[in-house]
Amino acid sequence: MALTELTATELLAELRQGSATAVDVTSAYLDRIQRFDARLGAFLRVNRDDALAQAESVDRRRSAGQSIGPLGGLPVAIKDVLCTKDEPTTCGSRMLQDFRPPYDATVVARLKQADAVLIGKTNLDEFAMGSTTENSALGTTRNPWDTDCVPGGSSGGAACCVAADLAPLSIGTDTGGSIRQPAAFCGVLGLKPTYGRVSRYGLVAFASSLDQIGPLARNAADAALLLEVIAGHDERDSTSANVPISNYATTVREPLAGLRLGVVQDHLVEGVDQDVATAVRAAIDVYRSLGATLVDVSLPHARYGIATYYIIAPCEASSNLARYDGVHYGYRTDEQAMQAELQAERKAQATDDDAVLDQLDSPLVRMYRQTRAEGFGLEAKRRIMLGTFALSQGYYDAYYLKALKVRRLIRSDYDQAFANVDLIIGPVTPTPAYKIGDKVNDPLAMYLGDLFTVSANLAGIAALSVPCGFTANGLPAGLHLQAPPLHEDKLLRAAHMFQQATDWHKQRPELDESE
Amino acid sequence: MALSRHDVEHVSLLARLRLSEDELETMTAQLADIVKYIEQLDQLDTTDVEPMAHAVEFSNVLVDDVPQDSLPREAALMNAPKRDDECYRVPAVLGD
Amino acid sequence: MTTTPEYTIVIGLETHVQLLTETKLFCRCSNRFGQPPNTQTCPVCIGMPGSLPVMNRKAFQLALKTATALNCHIPEFTKWDRKNYYYPDLPKGYQISQFDLPMSQQGWLEISDPRGEFATKKVRIIRAHLEEDAGKSMHDEAAGRSDSRIDLNRTGTPLLEIVTEPDLRSPEETRRYLDELKLLLAYLKVSDCNMQEGSLRVDANINLHLPAADGGTIATPIVEVKNMNSFRAVERALAYEAQRQFKVWQETGHKLGDVPKQTRGWDEQEQLTRPQRSKEESSDYRYLPDPDLVPIEVTAEQVQTVRDSLGELPAAIRDRLQSTYGISPYDSDVIVNQGRDVVNYYVALAECCSDGKLASNWVQQSVLRTLNEQGVSIDQFGVSAQSLGELLQAVQSGDVDNTRARDVFVEMLDSGVTAEAAMAGLGIEKVDAAAETELARELLADHPNVVSDVQGGKQQAIGKLIGEAKKRNPNINPGQFRQLCIDLIAEM
Repeated sequence: MALTELTATELLAELRQGSATAVDVTSAYLDRIQRFDARLGAFLRVNRDDALAQAESVDRRRSAGQSIGPLGGLPVAIKDVLCTKDEPTTCGSRMLQDFRPPYDATVVARLKQADAVLIGKTNLDEFAMGSTTENSALGTTRNPWDTDCVPGGSSGGAACCVAADLAPLSIGTDTGGSIRQPAAFCGVLGLKPTYGRVSRYGLVAFASSLDQIGPLARNAADAALLLEVIAGHDERDSTSANVPISNYATTVREPLAGLRLGVVQDHLVEGVDQDVATAVRAAIDVYRSLGATLVDVSLPHARYGIATYYIIAPCEASSNLARYDGVHYGYRTDEQAMQAELQAERKAQATDDDAVLDQLDSPLVRMYRQTRAEGFGLEAKRRIMLGTFALSQGYYDAYYLKALKVRRLIRSDYDQAFANVDLIIGPVTPTPAYKIGDKVNDPLAMYLGDLFTVSANLAGIAALSVPCGFTANGLPAGLHLQAPPLHEDKLLRAAHMFQQATDWHKQRPELDESE
Repeated sequence: MALSRHDVEHVSLLARLRLSEDELETMTAQLADIVKYIEQLDQLDTTDVEPMAHAVEFSNVLVDDVPQDSLPREAALMNAPKRDDECYRVPAVLGD
Repeated sequence: MTTTPEYTIVIGLETHVQLLTETKLFCRCSNRFGQPPNTQTCPVCIGMPGSLPVMNRKAFQLALKTATALNCHIPEFTKWDRKNYYYPDLPKGYQISQFDLPMSQQGWLEISDPRGEFATKKVRIIRAHLEEDAGKSMHDEAAGRSDSRIDLNRTGTPLLEIVTEPDLRSPEETRRYLDELKLLLAYLKVSDCNMQEGSLRVDANINLHLPAADGGTIATPIVEVKNMNSFRAVERALAYEAQRQFKVWQETGHKLGDVPKQTRGWDEQEQLTRPQRSKEESSDYRYLPDPDLVPIEVTAEQVQTVRDSLGELPAAIRDRLQSTYGISPYDSDVIVNQGRDVVNYYVALAECCSDGKLASNWVQQSVLRTLNEQGVSIDQFGVSAQSLGELLQAVQSGDVDNTRARDVFVEMLDSGVTAEAAMAGLGIEKVDAAAETELARELLADHPNVVSDVQGGKQQAIGKLIGEAKKRNPNINPGQFRQLCIDLIAEM
C-alpha cells in the first residue's frame, strides 16, 4: 500500500517503528502534489525544501534517540489564513499577497513543537469569506470528486488536499461552516471545536466571536491527534478557554454507550437534496444499529440563523478588515497614479471654490479608498459594506443589537435540546457540491447553503462533519454532529463509532494527473 | 427599510471603499436583497433578551504588567508599503 | 478674569491621562517615553493580521484607583468597545475604548481657590474610562510632495479619559481644576501628568450663556478647543475663546443648535484659536463590543479595598493642615502642592516646634527655596525636620532671633551639624539679661534725642540703637532689645 493511502495514525505507527522515514512520507505527498495539484489547486504555496528539511530533522533526531513530538514527521497543510513566521500569509487576497508576518500563530507554533512537517498553505475564500473558495484572488480550487465542482469554502484547499491525499492532515477555520461544509463537499472529516478551545492568536480575523480553528482528516482518530496538539488555553488570546483539554487521541476509540441523538425533523425535509437526505437518514439508521436512541428535538430559532449570522459576521468583519488600509502592511495602491487622478479631478471641477474642492477625497482618503478597492475582492467588499451599514448611526439597534439577542435565543435552543440528548444529528449542507460559477453572482443563494452550519458558530458549540455517503452523481454527502460546549471528545468518539461501521471515509476520488 | 444608492455611497465612504458605477449599482441591488432578508429578525420578540456579544461567558482576563521584547524596528517596518529609515510614510494627514 | 455681567462662560473638560504602567494596555511592549521611532512595537500594537489584545492588570488597577479617588460610582460590570475610524496613527482602524458601560461614572473633584477669588465648588465628573492611545504622525516635506511620517511607539499606551460636566465658569476655575487633578494623580502615583511629554492632554468644550429678554437663558453654540499644550495655554485659549464667542454672538446671534459644533485649535504662536477641519462622517464611530476582549467584573468589596488604600488625598490634607496647625488656605496649598513627603516634613516640623505658622514660614521660605536651588527632593534634603525643629525651638525661646536663625540654617545645611552646634560655631548665644540691660541704658544715655523721639511717639527711632547694639553684640535679639528700650524709656 502506498504511504499516502495510510491514515495519519497508521503513518505515525510506521514512522515510530522505523518502517518509513519522515522524508519518505513527506516526499510521497510532495510527489502527489506535484502530480495532481496543478489541476486541483488546493495549495497556494508548497514548502517543498523547507518541508523536506523539517522531515530530515525529525528523522535525525529520532535516530539519535531524542524525543519526538506527537505528530513527528506527519505532513500537515495549513489554510493560508494562519500566520506562519517570515513566510507569505496571503489570506487568499491581493491585499496580503506579499505579507510576511514576523510571528507564528499559536496553532502553528504548537504544530512545529509537535514536530509536524508544515508542507504548505492551502487556498481559501479571501479572508475566509465564502462557501466555495471561488472568492480567492490567488487561485482556483476544485473538488477532487468532480473537478467542475467547487470544493466548498472557505477552507476549500484544506478539505481538497486531504480528500486527494495531498496531505494526511490539514488545518482549516470555521466561522459559519467553513470547515464542515468543505469537508462534506469533499468527503472528509472536519471538526469545528467549541469557541475558545483553540487559540485564535495568529488567525487573521474574519468574525472574531465566531472564528475557530480546527482539524480536517480522513477519520476521527486522525482528527483527534491533531486536535490534541492545537487545543488548549493560550495567554495571548483573551477569549481562549482556560480549561483542561481531553486526551482526544486516546478516548476517540471508546464507543459511546447509550448515545442519545437529537434529530430536527424539519432539517431532513425543508429544501434538502434528496440524495443528501437519504444518506443522512441511512447514517441515522447506522447509529440506531449501534445502539443509539433517536430523540426528536427542536431548534425553533435555527431558521433565523442565516439572518443572524449575516449581520454579526459582516459587522465584525467590517471592523476587523479596517486595518487593511495600505499604511502599515499589505497592498497599497500606486500613489503616483492616484495623485495624478486626483489632480485631474480637481482640474475638472473648474473652480477654485474650497467648499467644492473639499468635497473631493483628500490624498490620504483617496489612498485608502483606492487601496481597498483594488486589494479586496467583491465578496469581501460586500460584507464590509453590509457590516458598515448595519453598525452605522441609527441602525445599530435594529440590526446588530437585534442579531445579538437572537443569537442568545439560538444558544438557548441548544442548551434546552442538550438537556435531553448527547449530540444533535443532521445534514451539514442542503445540497452536495455544485458547479463552479453556479452561485457566484447570487450571494444570497450562496449564503443560504450555510443553513445548517451557522447556528453552531453563533452558539459557540462544537460540531463536526463526517462522510456518510454519495449522491447519484458521485458527490460526497456529509453528516453533521453537534455537541454541547467542550464536548469535542463525544463528537470524535461518535464519529469513530460510525466510521468503524461504514467505509465512506475510505473512498478515494479518481484523479487525473496534471500536465 | 429600502437601501438607496445614496445610502450605499455614504457607506462606501465610511468603509473607505471606492466603488465603480457598475459596482455601486450591483452592490445596491444585492445589499438591498440581503438587508430585506435579514429583516426577518423583526418577526421575533426579543424584549428582555440579553444580547450575546461573546460565545464565551467568562470575564476578567488580565495579565501582569511585565515588559517583553518589542519587535526590532526592521521587523516592524518590513511589510510597510512605503517607509523611510524610521517611520511608515503616507500622503500628508490634514491638520498635521 | 471672571464672568462679566453680559455673559456666563460655560466650560467642560475632557482630559486624557497616560497611566504609569511598565507596559502598554493590550500588549507587553514597554511604555517609555522618548524612544527612537517604531522601536517599541509588536504585532499586537501594530495591529498586524491575527494579533489579539490582552488587558494589563495594573492599568485597570490604576484606573480604578483614580476613579475611586474622584468619588465615582464603579459599576459591577464594564466592557470594552471598538471605536472605528480611519487614521494612519490608528493601525487597527479602530481604537479599543469604552462606550456605553464605562468603568466609572458620576464622580466629582472639589476645587477651591486659596486666594478666594472663586467659591469652592464640586466639579462633577460624568465618566472616567480606560482606552488605548494612538501613535504619532509628523509632517514631512520631501521632494516637493508632502508626506506624514508615522511612529507607532505610543500606540496602545493606557489612557484614562476623564470627562467633566460643563461646571466650570472661568479660565481660572479651569486652571484650578487641572492643577487639582494633576496633584491628585501625583499623590496617587497614577500618572506624571506631563503635558510636554503628552502624558496629560486637555480638550475643552466652551460656550456662553446669556440672559434672554424674557428672563431665561440663551446658550451659544458649543466650540471644542484642542491643541492646548500647557495649563497656561488652556487658560489663555479659553479666555480668548470667550471673548471671541461673545463677538460672534453680537454679530450673528447664533444660538446652540443653529450651527454644527465647531472644533478650533489653539495657536500658541499667534495666541488665538482657528477652525479645524472635521468631516462630519468622522463622528460615526460605529461602536461595537470588542469581541476579542471579555468584560471585567468588579465587586463592591474590591472597590472598598481600593478606597481604603488610597491614602490621604490633597484636599483632605489641606483641610487637616489648616485645622490642626492653623495655617492659611494659601499656605496649606503651597505645602500640599509639594507632595506627600514635604507634607510629612512639615507636619514633623510643626509638631516639633508646636507652631504651625512658624513651621510653615520656614518650610516655604527656607526649605522649599533650597530644594529648588539645589534641584533636590525632600528626601535628599540635608536638614531633617527634627533638626530644623530644634532650631525653631531656639528661635521660640529667644536663644536666637529669626534673622540670625537663617544663618544658622545655612550653616546646618552646609556642614550637616545640629542647630546647637551651628549656633555655637557661629558664636550665637543667649545674651545675658543684665549685660543687655546695661548696654541698653548705655546707648540710651548716649542718644538722648532717641529718647525724646520715643517719648514723643516715634518708636521707630529705636531702630538706630538696635543697629548699634548689634554691632557691639551680634547676639542681641532685635525684637527683645527694642522692647527693652521701650520699657526703660517708659521708666524714665
